[in-house]
Amino acid sequence: MVPITYYLLLAAALFCMGMFGVLVRRNALVIFMCVELMLNAANLTFVAFARMRGDDLGHVSAFFVIAVAAAEAAIGLAIVIAVFRSRGSVLVEDIRTMKH
Amino acid sequence: MNIELVLFGAFALLTLLSAGTVIFARSPINSAMALVSTFFFLAGIYVLLWAHTIAVMQVLVYAGAIMVLFLFVIMLLNLGESPTRGKPTLARIAGGAATVGLFAVLAIILLKIPAEPATLSLEAQASFGTIATMGEVIFTRWLLPFEAVSLLLLVAMVGAVVVAKSRI
Repeated sequence: MVPITYYLLLAAALFCMGMFGVLVRRNALVIFMCVELMLNAANLTFVAFARMRGDDLGHVSAFFVIAVAAAEAAIGLAIVIAVFRSRGSVLVEDIRTMKH
Repeated sequence: MNIELVLFGAFALLTLLSAGTVIFARSPINSAMALVSTFFFLAGIYVLLWAHTIAVMQVLVYAGAIMVLFLFVIMLLNLGESPTRGKPTLARIAGGAATVGLFAVLAIILLKIPAEPATLSLEAQASFGTIATMGEVIFTRWLLPFEAVSLLLLVAMVGAVVVAKSRI
């Protein structure tokens, strides 16, 4: 039996790595991939708690997170394509029209 | 030596290594391939947690559908390698410090949570995490959220077409 704490710590480490990538990387596509890492960490937490409680509800939550992540990827990548078409770049520091 | 613990250690190490490659790889293609292997190793961890349905969905939806979409966009945009790397700017140092701080706080909280997995009866073990049980739960207690998610996917699909189209 592996203690649930190990799974939760792995999920926390994965979430922190995703957050580091979002903060540090400049390529919008890589930032999206790091967001996917964070969503997967949340999924792992749901599934670990489901195992701890012996309850299927965590699996249902993970299912909904996967569906929302698919929708997010579709919309996000469409926005990246639209921005690349008008600006010719996917680096986030080139896209700062709305900053001021 | 406990075989479950060995498997968990191997999968956890490989997951973290792949996630590190996602963050630090220079070209987006390498990041995407590392993300695919991260999803596969996470599916192994889900199997260790008896979440077989989620493991299958992880491989089918994440590693299959979503990553194909990512690779398609990367190849469509024909991106090169990132122009700079490795310079420890102020933003990177601050990001690393924030990450380490968040992990420390999370670890302090998580270590206080009781760690024992639930002991299930043999019948409960046989049905835990199977697609039959999950389908029953989703279609009885979570029917409205399920339909809302299908509507969300439809809206996302139409929206992606509208946003990515050059002229409406």
